[in-house]
Amino acid sequence: MKKLLASLALGFSLLAGGTAALAQAPAPASTPAVAASAEAKPAEAAAPAAAAATAAAPAPAASAAPAPVPNKGDVAWMIVATAFVIMMSIPGLALFYGGLVRSKNMLSILMQVFVTFSMIVVLWCLYGYSLAFTEGNQFIGGFDRLFMKGLFDPLKGEFANAATFSKGVVIPELLFMAFQATFAAITCCLIVGAFAERIKFSAMLMFMALWFTFSYTPIAHMVWFWTGPDAFKTAADVATETAKAGLIWQWGALDFAGGTVVHINAAVAGLVGAYVIGKRTGYGKESMAPHSLTLTMVGASLLWVGWFGFNAGSALEANGTAVLAFMNTFSATAAAVLAWCLGETLMRGKASMLGAASGAVAGLVAITPACGNVGLMGAIVMGFVAGFVCLWGVNGLKKLLGADDSLDVFGVHGVGGIVGALLTGVFNNQALGGPGQVSDWVAVTISSVPVFDAVLIQAKAVLVTIVWSGVVSFIAYKIVDLTIGLRVSEEDEREGLDITAHGETAYSR
Amino acid sequence: MKLVTAIIKPFKLDEVREALSAIGVQGITVTEVKGFGRQKGHTELYRGAEYVVDFLPKVKIEAAIGDELVDRVIEAIESAARTGKIGDGKIFVYNLEQVVRIRTGETGKEAL
Repeated sequence: MKKLLASLALGFSLLAGGTAALAQAPAPASTPAVAASAEAKPAEAAAPAAAAATAAAPAPAASAAPAPVPNKGDVAWMIVATAFVIMMSIPGLALFYGGLVRSKNMLSILMQVFVTFSMIVVLWCLYGYSLAFTEGNQFIGGFDRLFMKGLFDPLKGEFANAATFSKGVVIPELLFMAFQATFAAITCCLIVGAFAERIKFSAMLMFMALWFTFSYTPIAHMVWFWTGPDAFKTAADVATETAKAGLIWQWGALDFAGGTVVHINAAVAGLVGAYVIGKRTGYGKESMAPHSLTLTMVGASLLWVGWFGFNAGSALEANGTAVLAFMNTFSATAAAVLAWCLGETLMRGKASMLGAASGAVAGLVAITPACGNVGLMGAIVMGFVAGFVCLWGVNGLKKLLGADDSLDVFGVHGVGGIVGALLTGVFNNQALGGPGQVSDWVAVTISSVPVFDAVLIQAKAVLVTIVWSGVVSFIAYKIVDLTIGLRVSEEDEREGLDITAHGETAYSR
Repeated sequence: MKLVTAIIKPFKLDEVREALSAIGVQGITVTEVKGFGRQKGHTELYRGAEYVVDFLPKVKIEAAIGDELVDRVIEAIESAARTGKIGDGKIFVYNLEQVVRIRTGETGKEAL
């Protein structure tokens, strides 16, 4: 009871501090993840107000162009995309994972995903967004957006804007934050699969809070943070603005929707967890077969459909790049399903539902960094390759690694993420049908980086992610283990986490 | 009085039920069970994990009958449930000490 009161007191003081910060006059974003710092009036008054806004609000930029106002199509699309990614976690991932465990642990998986999702969204609002997407140093952002300060000014009724990848195009920064919140949340939820059926619920939550803070936000910052295309106005800006961006962004690594930030990051955390927590009791001797591949298929399908929001939404606009990302997400996944089924048929004589569902996820993972960065045939090739390589990842590689990665988080998300990240360097090249990349953000010139060099840059990004996540995860698991213990008791594990951790049964006896 | 128990292949249930009705057996109890005899199980493969499943689904039928019906019941079940392949099942006959109809309280042969 005392502990509960102490935690509540701590929580309330945190919230009080946050509200106090909000109550102060919100500083317009001096540290941009936003392109236009001039705040636009609500969109109904868009056209006439644009000119008025220029006169009223001093534009910090030297140009006399009117402050950009969000386009309704872009906003509508991004709202939908955000909702799609939420669906990917709940119920997509929850059911995908849930169907794969034994029925006595079904609710524990659903709970772990559902509650992790909720916790990360709150932490993202409180400080995660600020750490990831404000200006700080090359590794981490700052506290300019702590408690979502500055995103919405209730006194003026104004919303701050965030940059996209097109000059002069913005979306409300709050929307960008919301979209990114879903990414942070699902990344953490992915890890759940690795230590399924034996982790203590409270330990999992504590681990997630630590890992989210020290692995997700820095890597998101390093790979994705930059000051936006509108900050690159003249040649003189290039050096200064590039220096403000995240380390891996500065290297020129391509990660459209999060091959490194989401998949490799989570997969390594999962693998380390599987090692640290140890194998499930009875692993290798008792049957741990999935209890409902029907639900796994439903989950995989929800993941696929939702992933269109994840990938195409990462374009941040309703434009051609979004459409490219959409189609690549469509075709690569389909190719991966075929590849996995073919591989299984060759290996074991039968294609399985679990294989097809896993193939789909493998393709989705691989195309994630690539979707807006590779060409149409390149995507299909990537999907096909990912299907085969990830099939090895959950068979041969899994045996080599020797960990009980219960739901093959590393085999699919780790291997798929690495394959996708590296092949993005290959198929981005215009000679291979790819869209190339922007070499100069002032004039927005597009060119291709030689394949070898591009792959090398991708490999660096992959390596940093693996090492960073690995180290942070290991420390986080150890901290949790030494304070509250990671694992449930053997009796609880045998009886099932649904009853012992949550006091419920998924299916009536 | 005898209790005749038969373990049969699940898809044979309807045939056996009809065959028993035809010779005047008025009530049976059916349970879904699993087991194995000489019929081998199968292997399931989930990603890299292989499981050998020894148990096969079967159906158990129990019928409480009078002594005079035993031979005909055995014959009826046998012919209805037989496929000729391994796994057809077995019939067990137990002595039944007492039978009570709960609704009326009748006992013995009247309760069958």
